[in-house]
Amino acid sequence: MPLRGFGRNLRRANSGVAISAGSVAKPTPWNDPTARAYVQLEHVSKSFGDFKAVDDISLKIYQGEIFCLLGASGCGKTTLLRMLGGFEKPSAGRILIDGEDMTGVPPYLRPVNMMFQSYALFPHMNVEQNVAFGLKQDGVGKAEIKDRVATMLDLVKLGEFAKRKPHQLSGGQRQRVALARSLVKRPKLLLLDEPLGALDKKLREHTQFELISLQDKLGVTFVVVTHDQEEAMTLASRIGVMDHGEIVQAGTPSEIYEFPSSKFVADFVGSVNIFEGKLIEDAPEYVRIASHELDAVIYVSHGISAAPDAIIWVAVRPEKILMSTEAPGGTENVVRGTVQDIAYLGDLSIYLVKLPTGKIVRVTQPNTSRHAETITWEQKVYLSWNSSSPVVVTR
Amino acid sequence: MGFLKKIVVSGRGLVVALPYLWLLLFFVAPFLIVLKISFSDVDLAIPPYKPLLEWTAKNAVAVKLNFNNYAFLFTDELYLKAFINSIKVALVSTVLCLLIGYPMAYGIARSRPVTRNILLLLVILPFWTSLLLRVYAWIGLLKANGVINNILMSVGLIHEPLVMLYTQFAMYVGIVYSYLPFFILPLYANLEKMDWQLLEAAQDLGCKPYQAFYKITLPLSRNGILAGSMLVFIPAVGEFVIPALLGGPNALMIGRILWDEFFSNRAWPVASAVAILMLIMLVPFMMWYQSVQARESAGSR
Amino acid sequence: MNERRSFFVITCLAFGFAFLYIPILSMVVFSFNASKLVTVWDSVNSPTLKWYHVLFSNEEILDAAWISLRVAVVNASGAVVLGTLAGFGLARFEQFRGRFTLNAMTTAPLVMPEVITGLSLLLLFVALEETIGWPAGRGITTMTIGHMTFSMAYATVVVQSRLASFDTALEEAAMDLGARPLKVFFVITLPIIFPAILSGWLLAFTLSWDDLVISSFTSGPGSSTLPMVVFSKVRLGVSPEINVLATLTIGVVTLMIVGVSLWMARANRLAKAI
Repeated sequence: MPLRGFGRNLRRANSGVAISAGSVAKPTPWNDPTARAYVQLEHVSKSFGDFKAVDDISLKIYQGEIFCLLGASGCGKTTLLRMLGGFEKPSAGRILIDGEDMTGVPPYLRPVNMMFQSYALFPHMNVEQNVAFGLKQDGVGKAEIKDRVATMLDLVKLGEFAKRKPHQLSGGQRQRVALARSLVKRPKLLLLDEPLGALDKKLREHTQFELISLQDKLGVTFVVVTHDQEEAMTLASRIGVMDHGEIVQAGTPSEIYEFPSSKFVADFVGSVNIFEGKLIEDAPEYVRIASHELDAVIYVSHGISAAPDAIIWVAVRPEKILMSTEAPGGTENVVRGTVQDIAYLGDLSIYLVKLPTGKIVRVTQPNTSRHAETITWEQKVYLSWNSSSPVVVTR
Repeated sequence: MGFLKKIVVSGRGLVVALPYLWLLLFFVAPFLIVLKISFSDVDLAIPPYKPLLEWTAKNAVAVKLNFNNYAFLFTDELYLKAFINSIKVALVSTVLCLLIGYPMAYGIARSRPVTRNILLLLVILPFWTSLLLRVYAWIGLLKANGVINNILMSVGLIHEPLVMLYTQFAMYVGIVYSYLPFFILPLYANLEKMDWQLLEAAQDLGCKPYQAFYKITLPLSRNGILAGSMLVFIPAVGEFVIPALLGGPNALMIGRILWDEFFSNRAWPVASAVAILMLIMLVPFMMWYQSVQARESAGSR
Repeated sequence: MNERRSFFVITCLAFGFAFLYIPILSMVVFSFNASKLVTVWDSVNSPTLKWYHVLFSNEEILDAAWISLRVAVVNASGAVVLGTLAGFGLARFEQFRGRFTLNAMTTAPLVMPEVITGLSLLLLFVALEETIGWPAGRGITTMTIGHMTFSMAYATVVVQSRLASFDTALEEAAMDLGARPLKVFFVITLPIIFPAILSGWLLAFTLSWDDLVISSFTSGPGSSTLPMVVFSKVRLGVSPEINVLATLTIGVVTLMIVGVSLWMARANRLAKAI
């Protein structure tokens, strides 16, 4: 496995937003125009009758990546995955895997394996037989099958369950059988359809990290479909956010979260406050935006490109808003409001603050001390944010 | 009487008691009577058999079991041949139903829901129309100046009518035709529950479509195949109407023999012995069918 | 699920359905044939309703049909009551004494060769008459009992499978709101499984209406049913009136099946909406 550790490096590349230019030893492949794409989609579309499930997607995925397709149900992410697996034929476009055109190749001839959402474990075979199934199809020798199956079962910690039938296993164990079955063939690309969707929250979190370390060990490129943004953020080297058959933004988790390219992405990934407004001052280093929803001026400390009269939106994450009972200095990026509702979540609390304009602003504050703040219902508060926090989007 | 009391007191008991007693009286008890009569002698009286129990001169009851009827069945080659032939015909018909019915059930199960319901309706429809009338239709199709011969002669494929009616062939056609829906329906019910993603998984792991069918679909539909086969095989062994209408005079089927012994020869004890032998042969299959059904409903939960 | 059928499977479907329907269609077509040589099309005088008139003036057939109708209605009503009780017991009571036997007794008639059932019922009636004097002779009563015995098994299966997919939370909710078990059955369970009960009734009716073998064993003089009359006619060869009878049967059954399934589809949608 020459790629050992490669996945982790790729994931590390996005572990912080502020990577200073000097600290990056090796450029990430997606920023390197000379890097060779491992999986390449060229203008791929898929229609079912009049319905365009996937609409002209072009995308490059690099070796060792965990690429997450994130979107709501019906956005086309599963169809895209199924085209990679060979279960659907694209209506238009080409799919290349490791340089070979795979567009019309049936699933049983592709160097690609899939982990199904339902796991699709064969109910009439035990764990061992399920895992060995793919190797048998390839005509691998008996001794080698035995060996590889045993190694794989140990890897997913299922060695002692080899003789059980799927219905005798727990949800988490079934998930691991499905994973072992799809990995034992050493595919060039592993497709995972909602891999953790059927597990409960605690187990899901645990399994996410297991999945990462397994991928890291084997160096297999993963494409994961999920509707759970937390899962995508945890697993992914890059995320492709999908809507209506298109990838609306692709980037590292932090890029997606901190620099969403549209209202949709900002709203879909995490929660966000969006204020509608118009440019009143446009300089290369900063902009001022007047928002009728805030009845205040927003000062943003970076330039944007937007037409002077166009309606634009300012997105501010709830955790980036400061709440205080006393007026902070300055007049810009400050609004007053009344606390309308509070939800105590343990690690943090969510405040819904109503502005005089009627707009409700969502603010989260970490509960750093056990004796909670004295801010309570119906209290008048000031909300403010740093001028670098807002993101301005034009669509 | 604790058991009876419990039944009457609990409402639950009352619910099952009525059908239970009904079936006990009209379904199970009659078999005991058949068994009894199979051991008695043929008589010219009404009813045409001698009682098993007779008051002897000493006012005691003497039980006179005689195995004459059974001995008769085993010595006369006709009956043995009929039994063997019945099993052969039922077996071949079941295999034919499997060959025709499996692709049909599979095709219906893999259709879109709307198409599926229409196709299913088309399978059920003949099942609701009289068996007698549908078998009769084949007489019109198969006879010497019937539809098939007329068509074949008019296009010049044959010059003399084929002899099809009153042959073994006609009997097979009739049985397969009549029992095909019985085979398709349980198999469809099984296939409909199939997770088709398993086939995708098999293909993903390197199976060609036909291999995936052979390794996944076929073993998983085993219970459906068994249930359908039993629903064809068991009644076909004792089938009377189809051999009587389509089979030739020498179509030896045990159901027909029983009918003739009873109605033509008025040999009730012999007919009873035939029925008992048939039952002994078929009960294991019925129990198998029941266990398959139980497994099916347990599996679907 | 997408439609995924190979060319082979579609060909099999086409041939299979042709096999099932050509005989039926041929009867319908030839019922309008003028020729007495049933299967030779008389293109000069056909199509004609001649044989329809002949059928409706055949006293023997009309009498037999009337007997069949009476037996079938009584049978269906009785079978559906017994079948609902048995189906309810089997689907709802996990454990009770005799469950295995009841299950076996309701499964066996589905596959039991009719000649055996018919013979054994007749011998029972004869024995009963000898010992307790009832039933006196054989006729409509004995036939109805015979039909009920095997058709209740079908009704049981229909009701049982409907109850198996029934959300028991509905019943629990009713009990939670204060209804006693018996009331729950009549107010909640019965209305919801009514489509199944109706199809059980129709199935039992059809089985009785079509039955030849059990009727032949259990009927007495003067109580010949329609299938018995048809059988004796058919044994002598094809007869144009039978084509007419078949066409009418097929027409009624088609209307009934299509009507019921449309109605049931609607009821199912309603049930899902709840």
